[in-house]
Amino acid sequence: MKYEKVLTKGIGEVDLTRIENYEAQGGYQALRKALKSMTPAEVHEEVKKANLRGRGGAGFPAGVKWGFLPDDGRPRYLCCNADESEPGTFNNRMLIEFNPHLLIEGILLAAYAVRAARSFIYLRGEFRKGYRVLMDAIEQARAKGYLGDKILGTDFSQEIVVHRGAGAYICGEETGLLSSLEGGRGEPRIKPPFPAVAGLYGMPTVVNNVETLCNVPFIVDRGADWFLSIGTEKSPGTKIFSVSGFVRRPGNYELPLGITLRELIEDVAGGMLPGSELKAVQPGGASSPVLLPEHLDLPLDFDSVQQAGSILGTAGVMVFDQSVCMVRTALYYADFFSHESCGQCTPCREGTAWTARILRRLEHGQGRPEDIEVLKSLRTTMSGTTICLLSDFSITFLQSVLKHFAHEFEAHIQGRACLAERPREVRSA
Amino acid sequence: MAAQDAARANGAPAQPWWERRAADIDQLIARYPKARSALMGLLWMAQEERGWVAPEDMDFIAQRLGLSRAYVESTCSFYSLYHREPVGRYVIVVCGNVMCGLRGGESLVRHLEKRLGVKVGETTPDGLFTLLVTGECVAACDGAPALQINEEYFHKVTPERADQIVQALREGADLVELSERIGLTAPGAVWEAGESA
Repeated sequence: MKYEKVLTKGIGEVDLTRIENYEAQGGYQALRKALKSMTPAEVHEEVKKANLRGRGGAGFPAGVKWGFLPDDGRPRYLCCNADESEPGTFNNRMLIEFNPHLLIEGILLAAYAVRAARSFIYLRGEFRKGYRVLMDAIEQARAKGYLGDKILGTDFSQEIVVHRGAGAYICGEETGLLSSLEGGRGEPRIKPPFPAVAGLYGMPTVVNNVETLCNVPFIVDRGADWFLSIGTEKSPGTKIFSVSGFVRRPGNYELPLGITLRELIEDVAGGMLPGSELKAVQPGGASSPVLLPEHLDLPLDFDSVQQAGSILGTAGVMVFDQSVCMVRTALYYADFFSHESCGQCTPCREGTAWTARILRRLEHGQGRPEDIEVLKSLRTTMSGTTICLLSDFSITFLQSVLKHFAHEFEAHIQGRACLAERPREVRSA
Repeated sequence: MAAQDAARANGAPAQPWWERRAADIDQLIARYPKARSALMGLLWMAQEERGWVAPEDMDFIAQRLGLSRAYVESTCSFYSLYHREPVGRYVIVVCGNVMCGLRGGESLVRHLEKRLGVKVGETTPDGLFTLLVTGECVAACDGAPALQINEEYFHKVTPERADQIVQALREGADLVELSERIGLTAPGAVWEAGESA
């Protein structure tokens, strides 16, 4: 089945980093329309009506989030979260590198709607190419009058500042991002107050993901009713699924929300690699609990995935085959989260490190019978006990594999060989 | 890289980068409502100029932004992409997260250690390459195993392709051009070049 590409239209066919190519496929029409014929409140209302749910992981409606800004005369800021670091996720990177003007137009529209004094793109430090592309695109947009003072001859002015991160997963957490943007360690802050009330420099601030903002121009241009006609009733619109692992064609695929896992893996991504059988899937990055082959007909939308015990998260869909050892995979994540814990909260700083030590012991055949119960108990000691959710999310995959693949943990403890095959190495391309 | 080192080698008195780039620094600070926000950008600038962030760079940044030296160093040390010790001209960072690890990343690291004659964390004696592994996913999972060299991407790095990249850089290839030409980083490039396994 073919679906209409929206955010990814033209990518791979046209050089959309050139502004004239972006304009030729309708780019910056939404900005023109909004500035000439809509008030900020009308743009906000359209996005709210479209029920555009945040694409960064939480699925919270962007229009509602914008509405939390107090109207008290203080300057407001808009921050685009482009610190894409959730393991298994790579769709923001593609949008930035291959469709930068769409992001710029989305930011300008959002800034107009919330009446932001200035906009920032918090860009992951690893995205050096993305930085070059965005800086160049911003200057192209400025030369055409889409950005800067008195945009398109109206009273609306806006600057977009690109801020490079420097390698810290926690800066993808919105308050960690703000701490980093203020020029410091990316340490999350206690909420409340939420960024809408006390964000960047203590001012009202909106933080939205790249893909979320890239949807705004289409909602403004084609209307909320059009947007609501795509996807499911409660999860409208498209989503760019980042598919990786043991499938024939890994990559980014923009599809309506609610497409089934089977369609995504078997049709869109070309099916499993020869010799590979589906063992488990993480539908939303490292922080998402596993889904199993029995979930193949599950619709991939925010609510359906949650009802099945996982989260759609970033839609970084990681496909594992029979060669993947779940103990070893849990150890990879534990090492990752331990390194990325900012260290402020004891349950996270100590908990992630101990999780890694216990899993390393298991992986090396030195596990103890009580280890499984200790790992299960982390559900209460590491969840809901810290400033941000890194601690909670560091153990969601682990808890799900302890439940569904308990025999693999037991086998490691009993000193038997790992039940999984060794992963096969890639061949020369 | 390292304009200062080059100046020293030529016997010329080294002008600190912050004097030579005073206008860029002013411009960077002016982008933000508060000057402190320029801290990370100044650390990047130091690394761009010297290849790493040296103690005197942090002295300058602290003084320029009116921050304590301890605050600057504490911020710098929080972020893994800032090097606080000299590194090679090319810093090779292999993705060590799940997808790359499962799809050949581990043996790629062993291969690079052998090929470069260094262990992870070390720099080749000629100062050309430093080899690192990151636990952070580099957002290239469809191109696993992936690596970055000075934050430029290379996807689907088989041992043969790793050799090709290292050799090209030894011969003086331009890194950005090399990544664009053989990095397999365009959407779909990976499986068009041959499905794996």
